[in-house]
Amino acid sequence: MQPLTIIQFRHSISILFPKGIIALKELNLLLIIQVLMLLVIVPVYILTFAFSWRYRADNAKAKYDPDLVDNRLAEYIWWGIPLIMTLIIGFLTWVKTDELDPFKPIQSNKKEMKIQVVALQWKWLFLYPEENIASLNFLQFPKETPIHFEITADAPMNSFWIPELGGQIYAMPKMKTELYLMSDHAGDFRGASANLSGEGFAGMHFITRASSEEEYRQWVESAKESSASLGLEEYNLLAAPSKNNLVQVFQLTEEALFSHVLNKYMSPKRNG
Amino acid sequence: MFGRLTLEAFQHEASQGSAVIMMLFSGIAIIALLSYFKRWKWLWNEWLTTVDPKRIGMMYIFVALLMFLKGFADALMMRLQQALSVGESHGFLSSGHFQEVFSAHGTTMIFFVAMGLIFGLMNLIIPLQIGARDVAFPFVNALGFWLFASGALLTLVSLAIGRFSTAGWLAYPPLSGIEYSPGEGVDYWIWMLQIAGVGSTLSGINFLVTILKMRCPGMTLMKMPIFVWSALCSMVLVIFAFPILTATLVMLTLDRYLGMHFFTAGGGGNPMMYINLIWAWGHPEVYILILPIFGIFSEVVPTFSEKRLFGYVSMVWALVLITFLSFIVWLHHFFTMGASPKVNAFFGFMTMLIAIPTGVKIFNWLFTKFRGRVHFSSPMLWFFAFVLNFSIGGMTGVLLSSPPVDFQLHNSLFLIAHFHGMVIGGVLFGFFAGFTYWFPKFSGFVLDEKLNRYAFWCWLSGFLLAFMPLYMLGFMGATRRLDHYEAATGWHPLFIAVGIGALIMLCGGAIQCFGLFWSFKNRQMHWDQTGGDPWNGRTLEWSVPSPPPIYNFAIIPTVDQLDPFWAIKQGEAPPPQQDYEEIHLPKNTPIGLFIGMLSLLFGFAMVWHLMWLALASLIAIIACLVIRLSAKDEHQIISIAQVKEMEMACSRRNQVL
Repeated sequence: MQPLTIIQFRHSISILFPKGIIALKELNLLLIIQVLMLLVIVPVYILTFAFSWRYRADNAKAKYDPDLVDNRLAEYIWWGIPLIMTLIIGFLTWVKTDELDPFKPIQSNKKEMKIQVVALQWKWLFLYPEENIASLNFLQFPKETPIHFEITADAPMNSFWIPELGGQIYAMPKMKTELYLMSDHAGDFRGASANLSGEGFAGMHFITRASSEEEYRQWVESAKESSASLGLEEYNLLAAPSKNNLVQVFQLTEEALFSHVLNKYMSPKRNG
Repeated sequence: MFGRLTLEAFQHEASQGSAVIMMLFSGIAIIALLSYFKRWKWLWNEWLTTVDPKRIGMMYIFVALLMFLKGFADALMMRLQQALSVGESHGFLSSGHFQEVFSAHGTTMIFFVAMGLIFGLMNLIIPLQIGARDVAFPFVNALGFWLFASGALLTLVSLAIGRFSTAGWLAYPPLSGIEYSPGEGVDYWIWMLQIAGVGSTLSGINFLVTILKMRCPGMTLMKMPIFVWSALCSMVLVIFAFPILTATLVMLTLDRYLGMHFFTAGGGGNPMMYINLIWAWGHPEVYILILPIFGIFSEVVPTFSEKRLFGYVSMVWALVLITFLSFIVWLHHFFTMGASPKVNAFFGFMTMLIAIPTGVKIFNWLFTKFRGRVHFSSPMLWFFAFVLNFSIGGMTGVLLSSPPVDFQLHNSLFLIAHFHGMVIGGVLFGFFAGFTYWFPKFSGFVLDEKLNRYAFWCWLSGFLLAFMPLYMLGFMGATRRLDHYEAATGWHPLFIAVGIGALIMLCGGAIQCFGLFWSFKNRQMHWDQTGGDPWNGRTLEWSVPSPPPIYNFAIIPTVDQLDPFWAIKQGEAPPPQQDYEEIHLPKNTPIGLFIGMLSLLFGFAMVWHLMWLALASLIAIIACLVIRLSAKDEHQIISIAQVKEMEMACSRRNQVL
């Protein structure tokens, strides 16, 4: 039953069927650790049932030895084997944590592309500083290109997560976190906030579209012709709390908007 | 005069309104019943003013189980909402109310259910297991309980007056700061935790000193039952961890009340510091809950295997190691904050290390059965469920402890499934095992075994159905705390399954409630025929009559080995002498109750900015303390004749049976 369900729904099981290199590497690590852990867990299950059944009280054939309370060798084994397992998993984790550091650029022969992410109450604003465009609750980029996200919040803490492409990182006011992701396939992926940020939190999901280079260029051109522009003034209106916002695209007229948002919390509070 | 309290605070959505009316109705019914049966005096003398740890333990468990009903109702509301609120439909709760519900669920379950159950069991069992007549600081113990109870009452008050926090059970700033949560909700959360937290610290000190100083002659540290060891480790954690909580909450309070900037987003505050501090308390907190459960199973498994615990020394060192490690893993709750890979990997590795001593414990329990005589009584069934769930939980815990994997699973329902596996499959199932095991000690009759089994199977199957799909939902990218999601996500069928699982667990709970009532009604049938040792127990608590007399032991036992009562029964140790002596016990005092209720008033006043009332209750609290500290005659004496009479009564009761 379970395997069939998985096949049927594989497109929704984003973590087990990843679409990006980072998510794939994270999944591989998950599976390796899982297998190593099963090497311990499965014997535990077998022993639990075997011992309980063999030494059930009404089984007269089983040996009864109430003073068997100590066995050096056995104890060495079950301190030792989990220790070795932990050292293996720990070593693997040490190496992989470094390799999959979200701040670490992805090696690729294509030039990376920068997208700035601002979590607002309760929507996501994406700024494309290289193109001078911006979009709301919608993210598009070419596939097979490393994307360098710079992430902050002008809201309570959120977490920026596109499960099909890779792990999440917090979006915090005043702080800039970074995340490198790359999509190996074209497609629409669900992105969301993974950290409670207030009333409209459940509606903070967005579409991530990885497309071909041409389709991406077309989208950029159409965005550049958008009638809506995004400067400081428009930004302040946009940043006011609102729920379940529709997708919007803007011309970005304020180039330094991202650093403006970052610096907003640096200065002493203005209204007392 | 009324601070921020306005009529608006009494208006609620329909679902909450009906809960309030039910609460008021049951309150009035209880008062009416007490008056009708003229039980007020009994309530006052036997319970409200008591300093007897056995009574206090029962009150802890009573309050915790009441709060469990509330927390469970919260959980059912969340699951119902998530089963309904998909696509076009938005369910029956507004976002704000849904967030209140899950914040209240977490807070209630951890602070007022799990902590209450743990402290309840410790009050009941620790003095009996160490051969003591009392705890080290009986008044402090009672005070700790009343602070706990008034924190719990403040939770109920928040249901009726005003709103609860919508910032989650740990209220991360800046969301919980005054800028984003200007209402009274977070203040309720702060004050109920602050009051209950001080109570926990006091109880922690009391039990640490009790275990270190009140053991009977001959019981060295390495001859203590493992439950006592686990409680000792747990109390060390309480003493080190709870002051962090208190200090963190004080800083958050200063931010909210006096406009300071410890944790604000702007003005030089640092919200990340709060997250560090709250988890520096929060991670030890989960071990405060689980360690005593390890202790319970270390009592249950040997008893129902008719064998000594395998690897006692290993068990002790495993406990001590977990205690130590639990303080250096807090950062694994926020790998996604962007610390450098070396920092993340260090905390990940430390977290994995905890799996070793925990695994050792499981192996030792398994080998306790080896060449034993295993009885499949219900406490043992809970042990099987525990091993099953705890192993799954441990495995997923190791997955989560690896930072790159955690990036994908953090704050998803996978995480929720993991820690509910630990808290329900571990703490709650462990408590049920302990409850069934020790119940006859304090009531004189055993619980109906058949009903126990029905309840067990409901809980186990319900739990698996309610939480295994959450792992899958996590893999599907479902985050926690969602009051609504799109139909295209494909999560809906799983959420329905999860809801059904919750209902099956509810059946389990209902059977247990009925089981309590049924066993009480037919207690003549279920009477413990042995007079105090229904399970062929091993430790000292089984050597006294059930229920134990107020002084626990007429003769303080002398111990020269582990499992002293087992040794007596096997003829390996001499039975105790019969020379009675005068017994000194502390007198009842209502001061603990007064301080508790005044703290409730103080908390309420602070929430609504009724500064005159806050000040008045604070002064009254100090006055109570002064009165208590200047009291001279705190003891009552039970004469030899009275001891003889009470002991005779116990043995007569057993002979009649």
